[in-house]
Amino acid sequence: MKRYQAQFALLAALLISFAVSQFSGRMNDYYLDIVLTAGISVILAVSLNLVNGHTGQFSLGHAGFMAVGAYGAAIVSIELGPQLQRIFGSGEAGVGISFFIALLIGGICAALCGWIVGVPSLRLRGDYLAIVTLGFNEIIRVILQNTKPDGVFGGALGLGGIPATTSIFWAFGAAAVCIYVVSSMINSTWGRGFLAVRDDEIAAGSMGINTTRYKVTAFVVGAFFAGVGGGLYAHQKGAINPEGFNFLKSVDVVVMVILGGMGSTVGVILAAIVLTVLNEYLRDFEQYRMIIFSLLLIIMMIARPQGLLPATLFQKKGRAA
Amino acid sequence: MEQFAQQLLNGLFLGSIYALIALGYTMVYGVLRFINFAHGDVFMLGAFSGLYLNRWLGPMMAGLHWSISLTVIMLLSMAICAALGILIEFLAYRPLRNRPRLNVLITAIGVSLLIEYTGQHPAVFGATQQSFPALIPANNIALTSNLAVTNTQMIVFVTVIMLLVALRYIVMKTRMGLAMRALSLNPTASALMGVNNSVVISFTFGLGSALAAAGGILYASLYPSVEPFMGIIPGLKAFIAAVLGGIGNIPGAALGGLIIGVTETLVGGYSSVVGLPTGYKDGVAFVILILILLFKPSGLLGKTEREKV
Repeated sequence: MKRYQAQFALLAALLISFAVSQFSGRMNDYYLDIVLTAGISVILAVSLNLVNGHTGQFSLGHAGFMAVGAYGAAIVSIELGPQLQRIFGSGEAGVGISFFIALLIGGICAALCGWIVGVPSLRLRGDYLAIVTLGFNEIIRVILQNTKPDGVFGGALGLGGIPATTSIFWAFGAAAVCIYVVSSMINSTWGRGFLAVRDDEIAAGSMGINTTRYKVTAFVVGAFFAGVGGGLYAHQKGAINPEGFNFLKSVDVVVMVILGGMGSTVGVILAAIVLTVLNEYLRDFEQYRMIIFSLLLIIMMIARPQGLLPATLFQKKGRAA
Repeated sequence: MEQFAQQLLNGLFLGSIYALIALGYTMVYGVLRFINFAHGDVFMLGAFSGLYLNRWLGPMMAGLHWSISLTVIMLLSMAICAALGILIEFLAYRPLRNRPRLNVLITAIGVSLLIEYTGQHPAVFGATQQSFPALIPANNIALTSNLAVTNTQMIVFVTVIMLLVALRYIVMKTRMGLAMRALSLNPTASALMGVNNSVVISFTFGLGSALAAAGGILYASLYPSVEPFMGIIPGLKAFIAAVLGGIGNIPGAALGGLIIGVTETLVGGYSSVVGLPTGYKDGVAFVILILILLFKPSGLLGKTEREKV
């Protein structure tokens, strides 16, 4: 029983989110939107935490991968949706399978981009990844903005008419899968490699760990889930445009990871939910929001770099994580 | 052919500004081994201080020749930005000395965002674009029948050359420059030899920020509109220029800046020939970065560093 604890937890989370999803029709649309956004934020933050927290690299382009996933999934839904539903049927199950395929393709596109960006920058030590991912984020936005307005990507106006398939089941189901995958990875033999790279890259390398390979793996998995999160976001809002995936979106996710505590999955999940809700209430203070966020980053780094809820808080005694 | 020469010239002028900004990245990397993310924002602050200084001092200097008022405004905003750079280092980076690099990097991003968003607040600069005053009178200088440079471009180029010569003198001939070079070779040894590392680091930040401020004013003279986020893209390109030349290497940064400027202008000028929108020219620098990281991560002029444990 204890052996399959994580699998049971995943199954329970999926069932609960499915059950809750059946009642979401009774929810106020506004609150439903916040709840879905919180679920997607959890996916983004937990996947970024794999790169920035567990592996000790620094990616600043999560919104870029999110954009790739969002456009990938949205285009699959718009262009191939009817064909897919002809194959799988247009009932609830058929729509679900088509959506699953769209999300998967979005995630894979993002993972591919992650691989292309990650391989050159992760071979090196130092802060190159931060700049490269920041550049990637900007480039994706510029490229999407410069596409033809009547083409598949929709140019600066973006894409509209994406079916609003994202429900509580999909958002939290995906979040549960993401948490499951990331924590299983971290707790496996393979995952010790990530932590070793973070703690001391030189020592890890001299112990025979192929540090580049571990870094790239973490980065690609992170990009995949960012893509899935982007796909969910596109099917939540129904319309996307390049400006929605700017650098600030990446910074939002970075702030969640840093406040929650780099390397602390529980802390990051809580921070993602709290910040999503706070963002809704701070809408009137939009001008000050980013000033506060940036001050928080600086103060956290000087005073409490391990985050508000560091991983050590949740550790059992005698177990390193 | 003449169109090509014209594009080449335009690229050189733009590239010389990237070179100025790239020097700040490379010098700070040399002494502290970290990327100062806020450098592009110091560049923005330089442009804004030029704008405001001109607003306040302009009426007083109305009778003087434009070259004198330009010099005064430029030196003053270089001094202001040098002070700001030293302040940023003192408040945000100094408490983190000897902490993991990741923490310093995150702080630098925080500082960068803080400057941008404070600047965007209506009480500071405001989010809207403001037009930058013509500190240099517009005038075309015809080189041949079809080849022309503007007065501004000439002044930009001459100023950059003068600043580069001054920098070279400071780094190679003064005691402070000697200390900077010593620190970038080995911080522990330089401290043992009686160099006050903290002072040298502050000085480096001041010097880099002063160059960025000059770059900001020159950039705003070429493209006369300023806004709080104007530093992000030139900052990113200048960083790429620094990596291209070999980060930590001063002549390399200047060379990298010129290469990035020329390539970008050429791609911008000829992208319509192959049917690409001109917006893609912003992506050129990024492609160069990926290529240089793949094939020669130490940069064109940089030495491969051997890592010792």
